[in-house]
Amino acid sequence: MQTPAPCGYERASTVDGAIASLVELGPTARIIAGGHSLIPMMKLRLATPEHLIDINDLDELAYIRRDGDELRIGAMTRHVELLQSELLAEHFPVFADAEEVIADPVVRNRGTIGGSLCQADPSEDLSAVCSAVKASVVIRGLDPAQPPHTTERVITMHEFHVGPYVTAVGAAELLTEIRIPIRPGAGSAHEKVERRAGDYAISAVSAAVWVDGPTFADVGVALAASGPFTIDVVRAAELLRGQVPSEELFEQAGQIASEDSMPMADSRGPIDYKRHLVGVLTKRALRRATARALRQDI
Amino acid sequence: MHVTIKINGEDVSRDVEPRRLLVHFIRETPGLTGTHWGCDTSNCGACIVHLDGQPVKSCTVLAVMADGHEVRTVEGLAVDGELDPIQTGFHEKHALHCGFCTPGMMMACRALLDEKAAEGRAPTDHEIRTAISGGICRCTGYMNIVAAVRWAAEHEAQIKQEA
Repeated sequence: MQTPAPCGYERASTVDGAIASLVELGPTARIIAGGHSLIPMMKLRLATPEHLIDINDLDELAYIRRDGDELRIGAMTRHVELLQSELLAEHFPVFADAEEVIADPVVRNRGTIGGSLCQADPSEDLSAVCSAVKASVVIRGLDPAQPPHTTERVITMHEFHVGPYVTAVGAAELLTEIRIPIRPGAGSAHEKVERRAGDYAISAVSAAVWVDGPTFADVGVALAASGPFTIDVVRAAELLRGQVPSEELFEQAGQIASEDSMPMADSRGPIDYKRHLVGVLTKRALRRATARALRQDI
Repeated sequence: MHVTIKINGEDVSRDVEPRRLLVHFIRETPGLTGTHWGCDTSNCGACIVHLDGQPVKSCTVLAVMADGHEVRTVEGLAVDGELDPIQTGFHEKHALHCGFCTPGMMMACRALLDEKAAEGRAPTDHEIRTAISGGICRCTGYMNIVAAVRWAAEHEAQIKQEA
């Protein structure tokens, strides 16, 4: 029987209230959202928070909306809502691609995007998705100039990811929103290979492209389950930027992604197989993202 | 902490530690051992119940998180001794052998049927297979479960038409 260690519990009714509780309780307190990463970690005693602050009542953090040239996703938005969002499907179909293969439908009813990102599991898909589409995240915490007021800071995904299971969100801070710039000519796709439904990926790749006339104006490629953290394949993006899309380029980008991946051998496969897979999935994701940007059938 | 959860329409109150899992809270309620406690890792789906109408894995929800909310378990399927069509479907199509996964499977499928009925149609085989992909059955090979859900969908559509 797996049981978490004893802990306290309270429900937050406002974002500022949750932050005030984090400040008051100190670094052994943790936010719990959907709980589908944290509770399993607590059962295994890999996480032993002494106090949980439940933010499931914060409906104000559950939304997907457009605000000017940005898409904004509230941290409490659940996987099922990301999967079904027409707004997201229109601008960034990579989310629906990923959500179809994240866990299973029952888990997707509870898990949230904020929880997934803050877990920062190197095998987690949404971290790669958000890196590829060049999202930024909003983190709210105490305003040092005038406590107990709170203030927010906005950082890139690169700054957000500090290491395996570690993010830039401080002990008394809360991730509240994900922002994605909407730019013309966008196409995006997520490719994942898993052993069975709901399992961690053997490897997964997110790609986003923005075409301007005949060439790529910008590109993002990110890998999940391919190393000790989410890998932003900067070299592949640099290769493609300003170029005319072609199969040869996708092949080269795949080669780079394969080189820049850092997979570990485990029950899901040996290193050479995983590197090969990263290359293939990168090529497929770029091909599909580009076809979507150019509105071609593939 | 004092927790009150409405289970199958009746308030159940108890003092629990915050670390108590919802699956155990339900099973410790007299007469409600239909919800099975399986893998404990949110993989097998034996513990699926409805939380505010949505199927969730009750091994990965704390009882305190369900305080003030509504839970429906497999015992809440039958009404006045009359089996739910999904239960009859499992019986008709022999969709179980050992029965361990059955409560979770039926709760996941009940939610799917409700969702599709709201859209005015029956689920496709692909949708049925997706809906039960969060459950593991080691007896049936899933074929008969899919057949049972299809049976229930057809049966419900028929009842509706007759009404």
